[in-house]
Amino acid sequence: MKIVTILKQVPDAEARLRPGPNGVDFSGVTFVIDGMDEYGVEQALRIREEGTESEIVALALGPARYEEAIRTALAMGVDRAIHIETDAGLDPISQARVLGKVIAGEEADLVFVGGKQADWDSSALGPAVAEVLGWPHSDWTISMELSDGRVTVVHDADEGSEQLELPLPAVITTQQGLNEPRYPTLPNIMKAKRKELRKCTLEEAGGAQPLTELLEQSLESRERRNVMLDGDPKEAARELVRRLRDEAKVLSK
Amino acid sequence: MVLIVAEHSDGKLRKSSLELAQAGRELAEALGVEPVGLVLGSGVEGVARELARYLPTVKLVDDTDLANVRAEAWTSAVSEVAKSLDAKAVLFSSGRTGLSVAPRVAVRLEAPLLEDVTSLGVEDGMLVATRLAYLSRVTERVRARSLPVVASVKPNVYPLPSEQGEGSMEAVYVSLSERDKRVSVGEKRKPSGERVSLDEATVVVTGGRGVGGASGFESLVEPLAARLGAGIAATRAVVDAGWRPYAEQVGQTGKTVAPDLYLALGVSGAVQHLSGMNRSKVVVAINKDGDAPIFKVADYGIVGDVHKIVPELTEALEEEGS
Repeated sequence: MKIVTILKQVPDAEARLRPGPNGVDFSGVTFVIDGMDEYGVEQALRIREEGTESEIVALALGPARYEEAIRTALAMGVDRAIHIETDAGLDPISQARVLGKVIAGEEADLVFVGGKQADWDSSALGPAVAEVLGWPHSDWTISMELSDGRVTVVHDADEGSEQLELPLPAVITTQQGLNEPRYPTLPNIMKAKRKELRKCTLEEAGGAQPLTELLEQSLESRERRNVMLDGDPKEAARELVRRLRDEAKVLSK
Repeated sequence: MVLIVAEHSDGKLRKSSLELAQAGRELAEALGVEPVGLVLGSGVEGVARELARYLPTVKLVDDTDLANVRAEAWTSAVSEVAKSLDAKAVLFSSGRTGLSVAPRVAVRLEAPLLEDVTSLGVEDGMLVATRLAYLSRVTERVRARSLPVVASVKPNVYPLPSEQGEGSMEAVYVSLSERDKRVSVGEKRKPSGERVSLDEATVVVTGGRGVGGASGFESLVEPLAARLGAGIAATRAVVDAGWRPYAEQVGQTGKTVAPDLYLALGVSGAVQHLSGMNRSKVVVAINKDGDAPIFKVADYGIVGDVHKIVPELTEALEEEGS
């Protein structure tokens, strides 16, 4: 079985974002492999470890700095990687067209995509890649099992969870709970340096035009009242109810 | 025309779909076209009739193969209707269903996707939207480069629409292929009892590790949520500990909510959690640690033991008759 795991590199969640001339200043921000992509890498490794002979390929589309995230995946145990290196700001739909073409060329059976990426706060990439490939997908997958060319999953729905059974090939988007990703060990980090990392340009991968245009970015947070209520539990609770009713006006009577 | 893809559960329109009708009406007016509702499912005439009170035209596709939401079948049905009506925009609500189906429809229609938007307008004939990025810390303005456009609209942003009298209803037929039906939908697990769905709830009560365990949810969170008619949510630590199901998680790896009132009980407020709730209109935090980051995004904070304060709060609300 051939498994492709798509990787993105995103700002560390703890990184402090500052306003900059073009909206947000990312200089000095640490970028890391998206946590939700690690679930995909881990799941691919487990499929192999549980006895399904597999080749696992990491695939990333992004600027040169992405190499670090790709190395992390290689150190976790991925066999080889493809990096479509570009600074182009492509939306998920146009990225999916490029990635889908590469995946089709790899003749993959299973693709993992992070459920939602922490840079563009989008969960569109997985479903869009599936549509480009003409494959079914499961989003927000919290458990999965492979058997006889099919994959049975449980995924998060609007209300509660739902079981789905999909024929392979298929795209699986990940959700926390799918597994607990491993940390790369030092020997594996060293080994990863010798693994194949193929680079190509966006044009070599087929090229893409952005479908949307970013006009403006701004760092803004809601103004908060920051009122601390004192007193014993009963007093504080009553004061809170009074304020929610009279000041914030969010209690309907 | 602007196509508004409505969702329903238990034979009723979802509240987010009503909000979507309002978003669709506003966008249609800005584009100078008609808003048209679309209802998919099995036995959905009642739902379509309900939607027709808010929109001049509603199309319904009644097909047993659309009873469950299967992304491919829904993609085919929506795309076919959008093409036949020459839709300028196709709107979804950005719950789990919309977020799953909208990207596929965008690929199918070769259209730009404006995802999980908090506003939608027209500038120089092109659609412009605002949306959040970088764990909800950054607001972006994004312009679609062509028409048609597929967009998903965040719940709890647009107001409910006013009724407009009886719109017309028309049943349409779409041809689904075998491929559209290849995913089988098995067991569904819904939270027990009458529960407000998280993405649509106007009040959300969230329990964190400070609640102390699954029993703390039963004794503290559930009674307060019941009193407020609120949705129940949990933090990552709580679902990881197995106290609550993943579907209730709010944060980076869970759901994003923006209710009128968000009550965080025993929640410390890690960045990953804040990204799922920091656009809530009014935030209340109760935590024993006065230095917890949740207080920085709170409108009202009480430092103290949730086990002592929450029962008092539930009782005070009861006396209030709220």
